[in-house]
Amino acid sequence: MSGFAALLTRDLRLAFRQGGDVANVVAFFALAVILFPFGVGPDPDLLARIAAGVLWVTALLAALLSLERLFDADFQDGSLEALSLMPVPLEIQVLAKCVAHWLTTGLPLTIIAPLLALVLHFDAAGYPALIAALLLGTPVLSLIGAIGAALTLGARRAGVLLSLLVLPLYIPVLIFGVAASEAAALGLESRPHLLLLAALLAGSLALAPWAAAAALRQALE
Amino acid sequence: MQRFANPARFMRLSAALLPWCSAAAAVLIAIGLYGALFIAPPDYQQGEAVKIMYVHVPSAWLASLVYAVMAVASAVALIWRHPVAHIAAESAAPIGAGFTFVCLVSGSLWGEPMWGTWWVWDARLTSVLVLFFLYLGFIALTNAFDDRARGSRAAAILAIVGVVNLPIIKFSVDWWNTLHQKDSVFLFSKSTIAPSMLWPMLVMAAGFLFLFAVLLMLRMRTALLRAKLRALRFGT
Repeated sequence: MSGFAALLTRDLRLAFRQGGDVANVVAFFALAVILFPFGVGPDPDLLARIAAGVLWVTALLAALLSLERLFDADFQDGSLEALSLMPVPLEIQVLAKCVAHWLTTGLPLTIIAPLLALVLHFDAAGYPALIAALLLGTPVLSLIGAIGAALTLGARRAGVLLSLLVLPLYIPVLIFGVAASEAAALGLESRPHLLLLAALLAGSLALAPWAAAAALRQALE
Repeated sequence: MQRFANPARFMRLSAALLPWCSAAAAVLIAIGLYGALFIAPPDYQQGEAVKIMYVHVPSAWLASLVYAVMAVASAVALIWRHPVAHIAAESAAPIGAGFTFVCLVSGSLWGEPMWGTWWVWDARLTSVLVLFFLYLGFIALTNAFDDRARGSRAAAILAIVGVVNLPIIKFSVDWWNTLHQKDSVFLFSKSTIAPSMLWPMLVMAAGFLFLFAVLLMLRMRTALLRAKLRALRFGT
């Protein structure tokens, strides 16, 4: 456990000392959302109708943009090799890195999402479900993304490849995330969708670290 | 298992099997097509358009089956460091992508007259589309590294991760009640499709299966020969 905490604080410290990354992800998210009123027109009814989908798709792309830095810096400077020799299992280390990634992308995105929802005239009744869905869904993005990031370490044009691998696997999160947020905004029950999101989180929490660790091991061979 | 890790043994075995499998594929697909187009009755509602089923359903089955074959081959390759299994998985991927593409296109052509639309965001259609992208991702990942062995191993892990999509495809029509119809052919209980329509479809499916075996063996032989050529030329 102490190894987990040590790695988590190391990653968080690195993220905050380098500064730019978190701000960049949030700025990308905000800017991309703000593009939509210009793209589809400022009609409040239309914006309210598509708000949940816009927020989710952009949050997904913002998370995707930040995935590359999950293992890449450590892989480049060789610290990943040193980490793999630690007594802490690689699976636990992957989990620590995912938690750090979520705290520096998923959580800030979730915090700023209600503000952007306001700009898009999202129905007030949908806010609790939107936030709950983002809290449940964004960790899944980090966990599934870790598999893709580990698989593409050292690949040519890794960024494009990463999106090709990861985006299809993100579709379930997107479907249930949007369904939960929209159901609440329309006054329907959002609980079943939230439960399915929680199931996705539980499943990926249990399985994704194994797959990502296996991918890291073969990258280090 | 290890006996088949020897490429020379595989080359001998596949050379012996290829003519028989090719003949079986040709004969079965010919019988299946004749049965489908001339013997099987038109549907009472869909008319002759139902004949798209005889290509659509077998290619859909094969799309999932090839993925399963690819995932098992990938697991074997990773666990036993089995070189021929890597080649099998990599050779199967474009074939599977092809079957998935045929399934999507024929389904789209069938959907237009029957549902009145080329495409709906139905759970079955979406999950098969994801399957198609998984195949593409596998192929891209295989070729993304300067070190070929690294690409093979990374793609093998991706193939195993993607297996989660197979049960979703299978049960999507039961979990979500949308436009795509439920299964009507069953292994262990009576199928809900008329026998006169069922047999040409099963013959076609068997023909597609042999076609897959033929294409897989051809592609694997080519890959092995190419590897040998590379080794001769560059000494690696």
